[in-house]
Amino acid sequence: MILGVSLLIATLVLFALLRLLPGDPTAALVGVGADPEQIEAARRQVGSDLSLPQQFAKFAGDLARLDLGDSYVSRRPVAGEIAERLTVTLPLTFISFVLAILIALPLGIMAAVWRDRWYGAVISVISQLGIAIPVFWIGILLVTVFAVHLRIFPSGGFPLDGWRDSAQAVRTMTLPVATIAIIMSASLLRYVRSATLDVLDSDFLRTARAMGSGFAEALVRHGLRNGAVPVISILGIELATTFLGAVVVERVFSLPGLGSMLLLGIEQRDFPTVQGVLFVSTLLVLGIGFAADLAQRAIDPRLRERRRGAP
Amino acid sequence: MTGRPLTALLLALAAMTAPALAQDHDPDATIRIGSLYEPQNLDNTKGAGQGITEAFNGNVYQGLFRLSDSGAVEPVLAESHEVSEDGLTHTFTLKDGVSFHSGDPLTAADVKYSIERVMAEESQSSRRSSLAPIADIRTPEENIVEIALNARSISLPYNLSYVWIVNDAAGDITDSEDGTGPYRLAGWRRGSSLALDRWDEYWGEAPDNGAVEFRYFTDATALSNAMLTNAVDIITSVQSPDLLAQFTGTPDFTVTEGQSTTKVLMAYNTRKPPFDDAKVRSAIAQGIDDEKLLGAIWGDYGTLIGSFVPPTDPWFVDLRDVNAYDPENAKKLLEEAGHGGGFAFTLDTPNYDPHPIVAEFIKSELAGIGVTVNINVITANEWYTKIYQAHDFQATLQEHVNHRDIVFYGNPDFYWGYDNPEVIDLIDNAEKSATTDERDEKLKQANRIIAEDAASDWLYLAPQIVVSRADVSGYPVNGLNSQFFVSNIKKAK
Repeated sequence: MILGVSLLIATLVLFALLRLLPGDPTAALVGVGADPEQIEAARRQVGSDLSLPQQFAKFAGDLARLDLGDSYVSRRPVAGEIAERLTVTLPLTFISFVLAILIALPLGIMAAVWRDRWYGAVISVISQLGIAIPVFWIGILLVTVFAVHLRIFPSGGFPLDGWRDSAQAVRTMTLPVATIAIIMSASLLRYVRSATLDVLDSDFLRTARAMGSGFAEALVRHGLRNGAVPVISILGIELATTFLGAVVVERVFSLPGLGSMLLLGIEQRDFPTVQGVLFVSTLLVLGIGFAADLAQRAIDPRLRERRRGAP
Repeated sequence: MTGRPLTALLLALAAMTAPALAQDHDPDATIRIGSLYEPQNLDNTKGAGQGITEAFNGNVYQGLFRLSDSGAVEPVLAESHEVSEDGLTHTFTLKDGVSFHSGDPLTAADVKYSIERVMAEESQSSRRSSLAPIADIRTPEENIVEIALNARSISLPYNLSYVWIVNDAAGDITDSEDGTGPYRLAGWRRGSSLALDRWDEYWGEAPDNGAVEFRYFTDATALSNAMLTNAVDIITSVQSPDLLAQFTGTPDFTVTEGQSTTKVLMAYNTRKPPFDDAKVRSAIAQGIDDEKLLGAIWGDYGTLIGSFVPPTDPWFVDLRDVNAYDPENAKKLLEEAGHGGGFAFTLDTPNYDPHPIVAEFIKSELAGIGVTVNINVITANEWYTKIYQAHDFQATLQEHVNHRDIVFYGNPDFYWGYDNPEVIDLIDNAEKSATTDERDEKLKQANRIIAEDAASDWLYLAPQIVVSRADVSGYPVNGLNSQFFVSNIKKAK
């Protein structure tokens, strides 16, 4: 229910905001040399000549039938293209995400546990750096080193056959995944570190140790579970950010993903495309938030009981 | 058109500049072509953009005629072409034994269907208006097409070179094709690449390669990196001078400068003061050192022009001496025009290369003659709405890429609003000429008038630069009208 209302509000706001952009799709459709009559005909054909309420009615009506409409520019169904492009963006986001967790979790805990040692400090400093560096810069750096100089990985692109050409697809995805994973793990690491610090200072851990539990055992049995709750909500936000932030990485690596589709759609004022991509993105982001919520409840019985015990 | 000394010269030039033909080429090689121009869909009457011309013209679709890379109009699907005495009826006999990729044979009905597709009210082809003289298309026989005109149209064969001959049974071709060319569409992944395979039943000479893959980039640096890392064999058109340095002076790559039709210009809105005054326009033209500008942007590449007509158009005249750089005279002209104390204007500048740099240069040059330039940066989309459609501007920067587009100065409703009855008359009548010589003579006159009138300030002709790997040869070097014929491209074994 809440999910549905959020989606509806987001859709309305997006629709309105898009129409505030100056310009219209005819620049992409007809170009220099077209006469005014042709420009009008182009508008009529794609439906950008309709009034705003009419456009919204059409958009909402299509949406109710789970149809995202046709692109003004490519003339193809938006949904079909989104599906094709998700085969790039979803793996890119999720593989980077898993990799970032695998890097951030152990390093974050280490940085907290050994915060007084020099290597704990080094980990913290590096993660600070990772947060400060813009994602495109890391991307360009990786391309320069691993593609242009060492020739280990391709500098960009995606095979025509997609994942069916799996060896090539994996090769082209390596640097983009690494780029996102580096940036994402840097910020995750800090959250893991501070969550671990909270746990280390907690009474329950002290009690556990007082009751004869070893430090490592206490941290794993009691600490992880407690520390995970705040980290999961951060993970949800980070995942959503990464998904949306794929725009930049896709551009640097010329990947045919959702981000590059969105960018081109905005440049061309291809409203159905932009609306479609943003709708699907909103859906995914809300879905991620919802999943994070469920995961927190599964881990922390207090959250479940609070809900159940509520009047 | 053939036999013109200029054409012969260009052919010789092209032959000299093209890399030496590889002796031993792989007939089944896949040629990977890197481009910044991805088609938006696959139908050139539905707003597919210049990318579709690059990928499909002459490769997937053919016309009755084609504009060759050297600028000649040559018959392709037309076996013969006859014109009636009064010039109002053109009869085309179609080539025998031609079929579409779907297997259907080429007939006169297909040709009629294809021309009408471009002329249709809902057609978004930018060349639609050039076919306006066509009154009727008849198909007296299976292989004969008769085109009746309501006025002579000397450029009809040239204008027909833009018309793809499409199977009349093909239906929607926004994501499929049915042409007669040497290649078939093998696949298209939007945002990434488009693949063409050699078609074995092709009626003409078989291509020198087995397949072609166009790889699309939105970022020029990413495209250069693809070239450096051997992910593409050819870059169709290098747009960034900074990136060119990586490819010059190394034996791994060949850099070719061809004949360009890309005119970089400052267009004035000549409907309104101060640019309705030819003296003011001349003063501005004389106040800007085009040679210095071109050198600063492109180094040794590119060409200076004195008007809108590039050397590849048949009505080219060297007009670089007209309104040449002379800041002292520019000041005098301003004085005469009543702007002795100078004036200020807003220059709407597209936000992509080379325009921002050009705008800064013009600003500093014109400061020297007392004119203040306020640079207003806009997106390509805003340019189209604000300037092209609404004519809401004083001056703007733009590149005009087409061949033979002097006709824009004969249209007072065009965005720059240049309205000179003499020029309009010359351009209108040129099309109604009985011979190409007569047409060329009229257009030369029009060309001279717009130059003397400083209708716009034509800054320079941007170079057309193709970069290839050293083992690849046979590609078009001029890329006229954004075409890129791929069938003669060879890759060494």
